[in-house]
Amino acid sequence: MKTVFDALRRIPVMRRTPASLTRLKALVRKEFLQIVRDPSSIAIAFLMPLFLLLLFGYGVSLDTEHVPVAFVAEQPSADTDDFRSSLLGSRYFAIATLRTLPEAEQALREGRVNAIVRLRANFSERLRRADGAPIQIIVNGVDANTAQLTLGYLEGAWGNWLTRRVASRGGELTAPVQLEQRVWFNSELKSRNFLVPGLVAIVMTLIGTLLTALVMAREWERGTLEALLVTPTRMSEILLGKIIAYFTLGTGGMLISVGLAVWLFGVPLRGSFWLLWTCASLFLLAALGMGLAISTVARNQFVAGQLAIVGTFLPAFLLSGFIFDIDSMPAAVQGVTHVIVARYFVTIVQTLFLAGDVWSVVLPNALALLAMAAFFLAVTWRKSRKRLE
Amino acid sequence: MLTRLLALIVKEFLALLKDPKSRTVLIGPPLIQLIVFGYAATFELKDIPYAVFNEDRSAISRDFEAAFTGAPSFRRIATIRSEEEIAPLIDDRQVLLVIHIGQRFGAQQLSGDPAPLQVIVDGRNSNTAMVALNYVRRIVNQYNEDWLKAHGQSGLPAHLESRAWFNPNLESRWFFVPGIIGMLSLITTILVTAMTVAREREQGTFDQLLVTPLRPAEILLGKALPGFIIGMVQGTVILLIATLWFRVPLLGSLPALYCGLALFLLSGVGAGLLISSLAVTQQQGLLGGFLFMVPASILSGFATPIANMPPVVQAITLIDPLRYFLVVLRKVFLEGAGFDILFGQLWPMALIGVASLSLASWLFRHRMY
Repeated sequence: MKTVFDALRRIPVMRRTPASLTRLKALVRKEFLQIVRDPSSIAIAFLMPLFLLLLFGYGVSLDTEHVPVAFVAEQPSADTDDFRSSLLGSRYFAIATLRTLPEAEQALREGRVNAIVRLRANFSERLRRADGAPIQIIVNGVDANTAQLTLGYLEGAWGNWLTRRVASRGGELTAPVQLEQRVWFNSELKSRNFLVPGLVAIVMTLIGTLLTALVMAREWERGTLEALLVTPTRMSEILLGKIIAYFTLGTGGMLISVGLAVWLFGVPLRGSFWLLWTCASLFLLAALGMGLAISTVARNQFVAGQLAIVGTFLPAFLLSGFIFDIDSMPAAVQGVTHVIVARYFVTIVQTLFLAGDVWSVVLPNALALLAMAAFFLAVTWRKSRKRLE
Repeated sequence: MLTRLLALIVKEFLALLKDPKSRTVLIGPPLIQLIVFGYAATFELKDIPYAVFNEDRSAISRDFEAAFTGAPSFRRIATIRSEEEIAPLIDDRQVLLVIHIGQRFGAQQLSGDPAPLQVIVDGRNSNTAMVALNYVRRIVNQYNEDWLKAHGQSGLPAHLESRAWFNPNLESRWFFVPGIIGMLSLITTILVTAMTVAREREQGTFDQLLVTPLRPAEILLGKALPGFIIGMVQGTVILLIATLWFRVPLLGSLPALYCGLALFLLSGVGAGLLISSLAVTQQQGLLGGFLFMVPASILSGFATPIANMPPVVQAITLIDPLRYFLVVLRKVFLEGAGFDILFGQLWPMALIGVASLSLASWLFRHRMY
């Protein structure tokens, strides 16, 4: 009896076979077949970037124009008309002229207007006094950003009106210091030029992670991974096969996103395309790695899906610098942003698109992407090896 | 019948909560995320890094520099001595803006000519650039006013008196924290519902459910209630965090807010179950969940106002339940609104909820594989 056990023990449970290219090819082919059979992967890779970029490229804008403003002149006169016409001429406002302040306040409360400009009954008279006439402005402060912009626009309109008025009376209004602003990289301050490259990064995060979040868990759940493991196939080959297949798919999605950004939305690509390609590939590896890691750690599709929902979209949306400036966040939150893969890629794409090949920005961020890709793939590999026991 | 339904609800809760990983995902992240995102989501700039390129050696230009040094939002990183130093600083993102004071800055002011002040801004993030320029403009305006007063020049014929209602200090956190409550509630409903039916279909247990005496409406109720209950509990906790931790004022009617939350959860759960019953595999359920969740949050007016969108896209936002919930949240929190003002936001959510739930229940029976 004892000899039988000894004999059994001498049989290696898992013989490490040398890596084989043919086997890898077969695995990649298997992944592609699976992808083609469930069209939802193709939808994630190709339709999602198309759909999201079109929707957001057209839909998302921080450029506030035609702000609805109520104009109240309690005693209309030539002076109040003059001021009103200076507001009417601006594309930033859509002016509604109301009779009384309570009417305007009601409109503000109901959200029909965002701001009130009120000229009191003695406006004309006080214009000619030494201390000047007040122009009362009430803004709806709920959306603080829009409120600030509206106040800025109103200040601009007021300044133009003053200069014109003083000039028409033969005087001259000179501010001692005159601001000359020069905005580099995006001279018209078009928000689309910074949002669309950022969107490329967000969409790629979603694609990369979603594509792979379920694949390992699915194989565990259905028992097909065990089936694969009793063949001479090695775990690293299985992983590599998945990475190659989904990397190809993700690259297709990336090309669509970049193409749309450049040709449809007219965002300038000032850096080199190949550098962008390289960084995007690194980023895709990191995102796929994150998906595979989620999939391997969760081991069942349901939990993997939940992890993907919680871990990808909102962090990439809010903590990547896509919309909110990372430097203005508290130090602890800034620390958290360092584990968000999208953060590094958002920085890279914003620079590569608008500023050009700035190596001092691209290089450290690209290295961070490389490190994260390595980390996630290592986690996946270790976790899947353990499962063999 | 009630016991049957109860048994089903218990089973759904067990399916959700028995896996410790799933439990952690449902309970932990929303709380952490509210805190982290609450601090992250703000358009106010702090410590704007800037550099000064002062070619004028006069006392006036030094006074002017002091106006920036004293401002709390600015942090001076470098002093530049030549034009060539500007580009590298901005390219590397070391500074957001460079203030360039010309050689005759002081002399021009003394002689009554306007003195140009050049400000160069990194426009890669156009919103940050715009906000930073607004800060700079405010400082320059203040400086101008002080200068005119100090040199005995007559005041301007008219001046602005600005006030902001509902958010007097224009804190963008007051705007975003209620928004995050909406986003997290949306994510929870999708998390709980989008993959449930697909999972049962994939494992074959859904067919078993269909041959039990349970009617499709009861199955639907069993699937919908856990999401609804979890959403309510979680919503309560994050409302508490928003008011107690972030100190966002909650001025309006609490019943109206809860009514909004309930109707929103109804529509979110409806959308999630609709996706779930359309999906054959969990992968499709997950994809569908994202294809609903991502547009729903970006088109909700969370960060970018709906009024800025083109009319076609504005029309699309009408079927987005989050759009209405965000208005409810912000109006109740900041504007002190009650049912009378919010009615226009509540019925669309109810409609979306009822429509998606009925469609989902119909699909339960008619989409068989």
